[in-house]
Amino acid sequence: MHRFANPNRFLKLANAILPWAAGATVILLLAGLYFSLVASPEDYQQGATVRIMYVHVPAAWMALFVYTAMAVASAVALIWKHPVSDLFAKAASPVGAAFTFIALATGAFWGKPMWGTWWVWDARLTSMLILFFLYLGHMALMNAFDDPQRGFRAAAVLALVGVVNVPIIKFSVDWWNTLHQPASVVRMDGPAIDPAMMTPLLLMAFAFKAYFVTVVLLRMRGEIAEAKVRAISMSQVHG
Amino acid sequence: MQDFFDMGGYAGFVWPSYGIAAVVLALLFVFTWRLLKTSERRLAQLQAARGRRPRRDRAGDAPAAAAPHETAPAEPADAAGEMR
Repeated sequence: MHRFANPNRFLKLANAILPWAAGATVILLLAGLYFSLVASPEDYQQGATVRIMYVHVPAAWMALFVYTAMAVASAVALIWKHPVSDLFAKAASPVGAAFTFIALATGAFWGKPMWGTWWVWDARLTSMLILFFLYLGHMALMNAFDDPQRGFRAAAVLALVGVVNVPIIKFSVDWWNTLHQPASVVRMDGPAIDPAMMTPLLLMAFAFKAYFVTVVLLRMRGEIAEAKVRAISMSQVHG
Repeated sequence: MQDFFDMGGYAGFVWPSYGIAAVVLALLFVFTWRLLKTSERRLAQLQAARGRRPRRDRAGDAPAAAAPHETAPAEPADAAGEMR
């Protein structure tokens, strides 16, 4: 069982972090919702639709962040055969897919009143849709093999190949003509956004991050239990 | 209060955005929790079954029949992959 020495140590750490991450999610979410929906001004051009930003932008940030983290974990898993990074990649992709879906859906609800259309096939929106399919492909590939190790390997290669999409999404608004507005928070000359709008945006961003930590740790705990079930079943079959 | 729900006339766009996000994140959490509980229950059952019998009893050729696996009830879609 030495193979599980590492995951067991990881379990201890995860269980220590979990209550803090879960508590932070609830508190940040409540504070974030209060500032997003009540205690922030309407935009002088966009009116109340600017409130969609406080869900849309943090979700889109998470979509990119989770994919990048997954790609790094996949590289670590391929190079050093670190079992916990495989589990992280497996646990993270459904969460990343959920955030990507939220970014796409809230984007449509923002696009309709502001641009006059739910969807355009421009660079930002299309590359985001590709990211969503990469997540779905990653989840499908993970479960496509009887041998979980082969699933981990194939999915890790997909995650690494797909990571080229991340800078494409980030810079799509600068490289191509698009309806989507350029970056207004993460830019070279500092944020171009009112502090009253920055507060809810950052609170929601941290709330989503804490949610991600909570759910990923719970999923990894489930995966570790599942791996132990498999190991015990195998040892019973083979004596 | 009415102003709050009206969202400056954009209620039909603002509230669905928050609703979608809430539903997706809540569902993902519920599925994750159920997946975790199912896995931990199966592991506990296997470990309990293993603790009851001495090792050499299982060395014979009565293999998986003794193992109480695949007893978990119907699960959400993402758990099904693990079940095969």
